[in-house]
Amino acid sequence: MAATVIHRHRLATRVWHWINALAIFILIGSGLGISNAHPRLYWGRYGANFDHAWTQLPRFPSWLTIPASYNLAISRRWHLFFALVLGFSLLAYMIVSLLNRHFQRDLRVRRRDIGAAHLLADVRAHLALRFHDPEAPGEYNALQKLSYVAVIFFALPLVILTGLALSPGMDAAWPWLLDLFGGRQSARSLHFIAMAVIAGFTVIHLALVILAGWRNELRSMLTGRWRVPE
Amino acid sequence: MIRRRTLLSGGAGLMLAGCDRVIQQPTVRSIVFKGEDMHRALQRALSNRDALAPEFTPAQMSPRFRTNGTRDPGTPAYAALRAGRFADWRLRVDGLVARPLSLSLADLGRFPQRAQITRHDCVEGWSAIGKWQGPRLGDVLKAAGLRDTARYIVFRCADLYGGAPYYESIDLVDAFHPQTILAWAMNDRFLDVGHGAPLRLRVERQLGYKHAKYLMQVTAVASLAGIGKGRGGYWEDNVDYDWWAGI
Repeated sequence: MAATVIHRHRLATRVWHWINALAIFILIGSGLGISNAHPRLYWGRYGANFDHAWTQLPRFPSWLTIPASYNLAISRRWHLFFALVLGFSLLAYMIVSLLNRHFQRDLRVRRRDIGAAHLLADVRAHLALRFHDPEAPGEYNALQKLSYVAVIFFALPLVILTGLALSPGMDAAWPWLLDLFGGRQSARSLHFIAMAVIAGFTVIHLALVILAGWRNELRSMLTGRWRVPE
Repeated sequence: MIRRRTLLSGGAGLMLAGCDRVIQQPTVRSIVFKGEDMHRALQRALSNRDALAPEFTPAQMSPRFRTNGTRDPGTPAYAALRAGRFADWRLRVDGLVARPLSLSLADLGRFPQRAQITRHDCVEGWSAIGKWQGPRLGDVLKAAGLRDTARYIVFRCADLYGGAPYYESIDLVDAFHPQTILAWAMNDRFLDVGHGAPLRLRVERQLGYKHAKYLMQVTAVASLAGIGKGRGGYWEDNVDYDWWAGI
């Protein structure tokens, strides 16, 4: 039986995916390097050594940080350059995906997606390593759709806006950032939490790519062509 | 499965090591380092050049404002000034000005004063909120008659780093910003030694290392070339910190 091949991902989606993957990778590595400079997180407007920290982060090891040996200046250079890449590529992707109707077609969460019975069935299907609805194999399943929506519309905007709130210059330009997050040190804590959510998503995403057949999945994100599983 | 996992984590490790390798290349380095100019241009396009840093109420101040950098310059010259309660200290204002000045603390007190409760953000990530008071740098520069050719203001300090005085610099947008002051008081008292007595810069839209302490000299220049290693400050010269520290 000849395998059915469909065109799964548009060029804009593929280009953004890889730019974003690179940016996330460098931002997390350099961000963990920056965290090592003062690994304490606070809630509120201020927070320093004599103030109460809600958590003391571990020192991130050299195999996780950019650069490997502690260098706050170079970590910041990487971080601040790729912060622009992350922000502007997400903005461009969002505009294009509204125009080419990728969001409306593929990421719109419908009432039936979030029904308890449907979600439960989707969890069971995932546990059985069935990721595609045989009736509509080109569509994202409900959990996939919800996790993409959570990352694209919540976690990434949150990590970008909390990052902007850390800039003393942006706090003068857009003081509402501080009101939104409850102060610079709260924004710093939320920035770290949003990063952890994105890192967790990335780990699960990579695991599922492997389980769903990494060759086929990787090819579809490179060329767009995806073989429908029999 | 194990092999794939090893491949994945091995690949990530190689990419991390690759980042350290590529940043050594001058082209990559210059592109990544352009982030500073891009952020500055974007922020200045987005905001009014006089946009104010947030100010706070006395109830919102840090209970204890930590010190950082030099805690005491410790040089014989500084020790002598300190022993005389800074009565013999003078701030020199020179360079591209029509009337070089030599100002005592009493002279600085005769300028219109500005008091502000602002947040100090260290490049390392911590923040502290405190109250600062002093004349606007812009008023002092006007009194000295800043020349048209001046582009930057350089601050030289009493504390030594690697044997040379700590220094910093800002451009005229920040020098004439209404919140940029030469602070002689912190939290309603004279500045203490740990926080930069007798005078420090407050440049509220930038990170802490720009807020030079133990000020001795304010110099207007046309270019930063030839000062230190030419990149506008001790940390900029020696460890690649951004000169524009608005982010």
